[in-house]
Amino acid sequence: MTTIDQENKKPPRSELAVAASLDSEIMATKEDVQDPRIPKIASSIRVIPDFPKPGIMFQDITTLLLDTEAFKDTIDIFVERYKGKGISVVAGVEARGFIFGPPIALAIGAKFVPMRKPKKLPGKVISEEYSLEYGTDKIEMHVGAVEPGERAIIIDDLIATGGTLAAAIRLLERVGVTIAECACVIELPVLKGREKLGETPLFILVTSDAA
Amino acid sequence: MSGNKEEEDPRINGIKTKIRVVPDFPKKGIMFQDITTVLLDPKAFKDTIDLFVERYRDKNISVVAGIEARGFLFGPPIALAIGAKFVPLRKPKKLPGETIFEEYELEYGNDRLEMHVGAVEAGDRALVVDDLIATGGTLCAAINLLERVGAEVVECACVIELPELQGRQRLKGKPLCMLVEYR
Repeated sequence: MTTIDQENKKPPRSELAVAASLDSEIMATKEDVQDPRIPKIASSIRVIPDFPKPGIMFQDITTLLLDTEAFKDTIDIFVERYKGKGISVVAGVEARGFIFGPPIALAIGAKFVPMRKPKKLPGKVISEEYSLEYGTDKIEMHVGAVEPGERAIIIDDLIATGGTLAAAIRLLERVGVTIAECACVIELPVLKGREKLGETPLFILVTSDAA
Repeated sequence: MSGNKEEEDPRINGIKTKIRVVPDFPKKGIMFQDITTVLLDPKAFKDTIDLFVERYRDKNISVVAGIEARGFLFGPPIALAIGAKFVPLRKPKKLPGETIFEEYELEYGNDRLEMHVGAVEAGDRALVVDDLIATGGTLCAAINLLERVGAEVVECACVIELPELQGRQRLKGKPLCMLVEYR
């Protein structure tokens, strides 16, 4: 299995940097030789032209959810990557992050924290603004959902410009949480979303040049 | 099994204690049932899913339909565990492909629930999942959508029921399974 191969190439760990080495262990597996489950996952994603507006090739994961093997494989790949790595928080961005985040959280024994559009969460919230093409939007998280010192992954179906994920990172970091990685099913690399994530690594299953 | 609360199961009380009630949200007089605190407790969340999975795994369910957005939190884990496809039922204009819609009433005005054409096939056996049943309007719209494409709705599954709102009567005769009542 590719993850076992990658473990042999890990750099030696300093005893003083256990947390950092867990992060680099995750990073060492980022450049996997392609997992044989990936092509089926990629082919189960439907591309819809001109949605939500002309010129955009929308990556529709609902067809992946209809393929029981592809959906299971998607979750399994993330779970294999994050299980046993001290991740206590899976944060998922509304609404498609709610589909992938909870199964991962359940399998790795972490809590699931929904990050939502304004006015959806009923309790006391903290919010973070981010830029859209025109104007701004906000994402919110419940106060007290996470605690300082926790290690989190952030899940969404897709990273495009990276605005939402960057806001999610800022929100969690403001309350003292370390983000081990952002994880998405799909990346649109031409939109350079990765650059908005700063130091936070990004793990992707499928890249699409359609943007 | 009857479509009723799993009264004897010892896991139920643990789940119930994790639900947070937020007064006056979204408006005065409403005691909002917040399930996000259940999701923060890995054991309570796992128990919630396990209870539904144990009930449905041998019922040949081929589709789990989840109602946006909190139905997305519970539906997919159930679908994955029982080997069913997951179909999101969404507010208007969110689904990118060709859709069918069903209108339902709100306190003031109407709203719509949409489903992708082709997601569900005639003969599919379906479960509808949401976090909570109140008046039953949304669940009724979901049942209508699934039946219109020839699926058989086997049951509706919710974590919480507000029985005083009598949503159970609006499910077109379909059974309801819920874990926790709030009166």
